[in-house]
Amino acid sequence: MTAATELTIAGARAALAKREISAVELTEAHLKGIEALNPRLNAYITVTAEQALEQAKAADAALAKGEAKPLTGIPLAIKDLFCTTGVKTTAASKILGNFVPPYESTVTANLLRDGAVFLGKANLDEFAMGSSNATSAFGGVENPWKRQGDNAALVPGGSSGGSAAAVAARLALGATATDTGGSIRQPAAFCGIAGIKPTYGRVSRFGTVAFASSLDQAGPVARTVEDCAILLGSMSGFDPKDSTSADVAVPDFAAACARGVKGLRIGIPKEYRLPGMPAEIEALWQQGIAWLKEAGAEPVEISLPHTQYALPTYYIVAPAEASSNLARYDGVRFGLRENGGDLKDLYERTRRAGFGDEVRRRILIGTYVLSAGYYDAYYLKAQKVRALIKRDFDEAWGKVDAILTPATPSAAFGRDEKQDDPVAMYLNDVFTVTANLAGIPGLSVPAGLDTRGLPLGLQVLGKPFDEETVFAVGRALEQGANFTATPSVRAAA
Amino acid sequence: MSYTLEGETGAWEVVIGLEVHAQVTSLAKLFSGAATEFGADPNSQVSFIDAGFPGMLPVINKECVAQAVRTGLGLNAQINLWSRFDRKNYFYADLPQGYQISQFEFPIIGKGEIEIELSDGSTKQIGITRLHLEQDAGKSLHDQHPTKSYIDLNRSGVALMEIVSEPDLRSPEEAGAYLTKLRQILRYLGTCDGNMEQGSLRADVNVSVRKAGEGFRTRCEVKNVNSIRFVMQAVEAEARRQIEVWEAGEEVVQETRLFDTSRGVTRSMRSKEDAHDYRYFPDPDLPPLVLEQAWVEELKSGLPELPDARRTRYVGDFGLTPYDAHVLTLEKETAAFYETVAAGRDPKMAANWVTGDFFAGLNRTGHGIGDSPVSAENLGGLLDLIKDNTLSGKLAKEVLEAMFETGKAPAEIVEERGLKQVTDTGAIEKIIDEVMAKNADKVAEYRSGKEKLFGFFVGQTMKAMQGKGNPAMVNDILKQKLA
Repeated sequence: MTAATELTIAGARAALAKREISAVELTEAHLKGIEALNPRLNAYITVTAEQALEQAKAADAALAKGEAKPLTGIPLAIKDLFCTTGVKTTAASKILGNFVPPYESTVTANLLRDGAVFLGKANLDEFAMGSSNATSAFGGVENPWKRQGDNAALVPGGSSGGSAAAVAARLALGATATDTGGSIRQPAAFCGIAGIKPTYGRVSRFGTVAFASSLDQAGPVARTVEDCAILLGSMSGFDPKDSTSADVAVPDFAAACARGVKGLRIGIPKEYRLPGMPAEIEALWQQGIAWLKEAGAEPVEISLPHTQYALPTYYIVAPAEASSNLARYDGVRFGLRENGGDLKDLYERTRRAGFGDEVRRRILIGTYVLSAGYYDAYYLKAQKVRALIKRDFDEAWGKVDAILTPATPSAAFGRDEKQDDPVAMYLNDVFTVTANLAGIPGLSVPAGLDTRGLPLGLQVLGKPFDEETVFAVGRALEQGANFTATPSVRAAA
Repeated sequence: MSYTLEGETGAWEVVIGLEVHAQVTSLAKLFSGAATEFGADPNSQVSFIDAGFPGMLPVINKECVAQAVRTGLGLNAQINLWSRFDRKNYFYADLPQGYQISQFEFPIIGKGEIEIELSDGSTKQIGITRLHLEQDAGKSLHDQHPTKSYIDLNRSGVALMEIVSEPDLRSPEEAGAYLTKLRQILRYLGTCDGNMEQGSLRADVNVSVRKAGEGFRTRCEVKNVNSIRFVMQAVEAEARRQIEVWEAGEEVVQETRLFDTSRGVTRSMRSKEDAHDYRYFPDPDLPPLVLEQAWVEELKSGLPELPDARRTRYVGDFGLTPYDAHVLTLEKETAAFYETVAAGRDPKMAANWVTGDFFAGLNRTGHGIGDSPVSAENLGGLLDLIKDNTLSGKLAKEVLEAMFETGKAPAEIVEERGLKQVTDTGAIEKIIDEVMAKNADKVAEYRSGKEKLFGFFVGQTMKAMQGKGNPAMVNDILKQKLA
């Protein structure tokens, strides 16, 4: 049989049900892989081996009694942005370096309810701000993929780089992630796995450290579209503790994967063809269109005219909200405190010592765009543009059922590239931020390799609360691509 | 004659607007389930939301919204079916989130109006600009430790209504009357307990001065004044200061000031230049607050009768004097007490007893209406005993005194002390016969025309009966026998 760490979630579930493998064996195999590779990849900030084994034992007991739930015994990595009771939750920031929440996020509570095993807390960009995982206060994450004939360390993408790297390197069957401007989809694409940012409001934000409240949305990363669907099913659902949570039923996402795409109209937005975009990205996009056509879908050229304003809009709205959301990290009640002569001194010392450069940069930008005299020119205008971007999509849904775009403008880059040019770094989000601004679901599917052997992803965008169609299209792409490549660094089979 | 202050250059008008922060009466906070009870141990009523912990999110408390709508209805104000919460960003140790959730651009309640009563009997309409909901901050305690400050977050997140008046007030008396009336309405509605000592009601006072016929001059805001008396004092102190500034040829600068209650002056807290840039923006954690008209109507139909309506009814239906009606409706509890006493009885007699001997009794024994030893039912019972001639008015006063001392029902006291009025004709005749026999000379004088001796016979009879004789019967029988 397949090695335990090579299983899909669906496959592991079947194997567990048939008692071909025990939950403890499955968890131990992953913990072994983590022990061997995490010192190098740095995908986990905290490994909770003991707790994972306890959970696995409980899973085996449930399985023995025939009381399996959707995720009983499935070992997962949890992005270290989700608060977990009694387990350090850092947001990859020094300011929360020793923070142990006395409460559980709704997402992790839902996963625990469904029987999941938590292997540990996955690394990320500090407060989820970044596209390369380089801003983590606990060191960057290495992408398990290598360019052919080049051993240089590459970035896993960000901010959910630890989650994506862990899943790609077989150090978890799946992982939770969050996406504010592409933080699920870009690292999934960079690491050759699938990841979905669901509709805003689909997954509760309660207990997840906030970056930009109106954009943040949690979702899963996993090695197949179906696995993402299984995880999202458990993570989703109305939560009265989050006022922006949507009171809508959670459909059977996994079942939707098998729907097929026959007769679906797939929008191809011309504005996603950027000047200077690598030819292989364009080629992959055309390939994706061809696969969907073969599967019976109809490509339709569409226009999303305000796309070019999405990135600047995002880099006003997100920092504005972040500047306010991060004000609570002041050294007074929890987390890092650097005592000072007076209150102001305490604030300044604490925040100077606690926040990294990128977080500080965004707090400053956000504070600036909300300031008296600048609010109308920046924040208010950005909100108006945001409404126009949303309207672009609303109009598109009159013509198409889903939209296909590249996931990222490039494959994974080196750890030493783009780090001193924030604007070049921000361009990573160019295809993904629109979904956050419009609140719509977006799925990244591994679809091919670039000329140097690095994975590239395609993105499927869908109507609000129509993740089912997104999954169906994603599954069709997955079948067309038949993506079987594996990273060179991964847990021994 | 309108109120003015005399300066060296003549008379100055005073222009006042009030921003009142009223703590919403509710069991839980505005955005969390934590309790709101006053006087609990520090930091014992704090949820993770109130303490601004990572990942915590606000969820609106429907009852607080209902209270704001009730208040809006009580202020005859526009209820905005669409309103929005914004974040007011600033750093302070007792502000856990680093921002206060408030309503900046779109408040839940729009323009309204209340009528104030002035000492000369006149009334005046005062405009309400708006009412919005917001969170309170925690409390910093700077006097507990030589070098440290302590923080109590019990108040953090408690719902406040900020009620802003138009600059329609023109004297300390009007400012005081406005605050009194507003507090009265809030208490009637049960939307704020109005307790200024506990900080449930605090006022920021905006003051400017001008010469007659001018537009508005620069105003200053006197922050956090916590009694009606201090509001009135602060208005005058600040107005006099501004007059001096103008008359010295200088400009009044817009700034925030504090009222020093011990010295009776205001002093600068921060200038406009030092004012915070609060960086207001819509709170992305909260969707707009959308109310249904039907729900507003439901709240409206459940509103209690307000003081103005009640006063009108007391005068119109009960025939009370406007003054008695005013006194009886000042506090909701008093009015409820009065109505219980008056139920099924003579309303004027009830009003006389409540505002007269009953209030005097409360004052004498140091009680309020809430903890009165004499219940409304018992006071009503006393009135019944007068009505059915069991007690004379004079005896009733004695019984009421005993009721204040013992808290007992009037019938019980009458029984114990044998105070029952004698209405037995035979018994009264017998006493009168004895009195006449003892005072045969006076009887003769009376019969020969000295009619003012009648009072002497009444006095003697009542004395012999220890005051228990029914006065009307004593009179009648005496008249017959002396004839």
